[in-house]
Amino acid sequence: MAATKTRPRLAVFKLASCDGCQLTLLDCEDELLTLAGEVDISHFLEASSAVEPGPYDLSLVEGSITTAEDAERIRTIRAASRHLVTIGACATAGGIQALRNFADVDEFRRTVYAHPEYISTLATSTPVSAHVDVDFELRGCPIDRRQLIEVITAFLAGRRPDVPNHSVCFECKRRGTVCVTVAHGTPCLGPVTHAGCGALCPAYHRGCFGCFGPSGSVNLPALIPLLRRDGLDEDDVERFLHTFNTAAFDEELGK
Amino acid sequence: MSAAPAALDRDGLSALVAVLVADGRTVVGPTVRDGAIVLSELDSADALPYGWGVELEAGRYRLVPREDGAAFAHSAGPQSWKNFLHPSRERLWSADRTAEGEVTFTAHEPAAPAYAFLGVRPCDLRAIAIQDRVLIGGRYEDTGYGTRRRGALLIAAECTEPGATCFCISTGGGPAADPGYDLALTEVVDEDGHRFLVRVGSEEGARLLERVPHHGADLATEATARASVDAARDRMGRSLPPVDLRSLMGASLDAERWNDVAERCLTCGNCTMVCPTCFCTTTEEVTDLTGDHTERWQRWDSCFDLDFSYLHGGSVRRSPRSRYRQWLTHKLSTWHDQFDTTGCVGCGRCIAWCPVGIDITEEVAALDAERGTESD
Repeated sequence: MAATKTRPRLAVFKLASCDGCQLTLLDCEDELLTLAGEVDISHFLEASSAVEPGPYDLSLVEGSITTAEDAERIRTIRAASRHLVTIGACATAGGIQALRNFADVDEFRRTVYAHPEYISTLATSTPVSAHVDVDFELRGCPIDRRQLIEVITAFLAGRRPDVPNHSVCFECKRRGTVCVTVAHGTPCLGPVTHAGCGALCPAYHRGCFGCFGPSGSVNLPALIPLLRRDGLDEDDVERFLHTFNTAAFDEELGK
Repeated sequence: MSAAPAALDRDGLSALVAVLVADGRTVVGPTVRDGAIVLSELDSADALPYGWGVELEAGRYRLVPREDGAAFAHSAGPQSWKNFLHPSRERLWSADRTAEGEVTFTAHEPAAPAYAFLGVRPCDLRAIAIQDRVLIGGRYEDTGYGTRRRGALLIAAECTEPGATCFCISTGGGPAADPGYDLALTEVVDEDGHRFLVRVGSEEGARLLERVPHHGADLATEATARASVDAARDRMGRSLPPVDLRSLMGASLDAERWNDVAERCLTCGNCTMVCPTCFCTTTEEVTDLTGDHTERWQRWDSCFDLDFSYLHGGSVRRSPRSRYRQWLTHKLSTWHDQFDTTGCVGCGRCIAWCPVGIDITEEVAALDAERGTESD
């Protein structure tokens, strides 16, 4: 053991989420063996039931805080992690489950569950950064595989990840995609959405759904008249914005 | 260079493209894709947008059929030639570290297909000349751009159908092609048929023309071609106020109008990406997981990106107001100080492809009106 190089210890944790973002790590098929050679995967329940205790050099956290237990657990994770990186719309913006932030959770509980008293939950779904300090937030629903590898690589090298926070429009233009709003009149959240997906949807003639949440420079009120012009009524606009990053876009609307 | 113009019919144009393809050139020209006339690699002249035109407005682009079957009667497409000469992403160099810790660097030769650009509008010819000045006309040359540019053959298509967002006259241009092309075509469609008046602009252009079936242009073709280009001068959909733009921009640093445009601006960066002269780039360093291999890539950047003005401690131009002002002031004023030309050729792309339809001509007019009000 003495001769072995000490590898950085990687951990992956899950809060309220669908598992899609941590699955993205397993989807990195071409890089997975190299990654396993560079880090010691110490805690990753989706991949292995062999769990080693902390401290960890890099913890990837998926999911939002929706229970008092998770609010406590994230503090424990933070305390055991040298670097904590949140991955995905749930962990960075509260996820689609943040729709509860605009509704009556008690009413949901009574309506949905036969035994509402079994359910213990908070009234809100909040990002991890609302509870503990976060070293980097990687956006997306789910996150982009290429960006995940970049973030891990950057932390291994001790540098800043190359994850631009400009709009999806940059990616459409770089890719040579014809603007679906200007040329087809398709409602699109690209101008206000954080880049990272490579402008996937517009490349298939769909408007951007805003999976990556608001970009670093957003003027959402200026986009609303366009969505209305392109056929969305007031309710449609609300539904369009109230998806994976509902709380983050709602905050932008209020600015 | 022959002084007398020649004429090609449609078959002649097809033969021209075939010769270029046979020569191993990558022929790029307009073609219909995804509801727009885009620039793309062409296998043959059949891919040209025969019978298609466009209807333009601020923030709006629609493809419309044309009865005359013309190939080059359109403007302000979603890309410009910079997409090919100054691509959005390019690897500059890479470095590898050996097990012994030794680092070796490799400079990457630029990807440089021998381009032939077919259907370059006069405004875009001027834009290429501006990027030549910026990227290879100074002390430090962008070698990738230089390699691609020097190998590129330019076949212009004069403008006979300006769009509603066009204003090249206001920037000192016009619908006729300035020198700089190898061949210049002027499309003529009338009762005498569909043909292209050809003027030769270089020896290479002359040699190329010799290899395809053509004939001397008759007087009627020449007269019609000239008349339709002349008529296009008066059909520009927009114009800039006829004032000295450099002094206007200099006098407008504190204008209220910047607040007004900042309310509407999405800061999405589309205007800079479609602009045929905007040239700004950033570099990214990419390492692999092992840390033994790294690459430096150059990629398009934009003054609308917050990180563009990032210095230690934060971004200098944080407000949308300051970023829009930076873009417009550079384009119309400080570009002269830097490169002795304007940065705007009046192609209208920034107007058409701005999702919210911010109109550079309207903004300049408003700044001019505000200055007028203040000096009254």
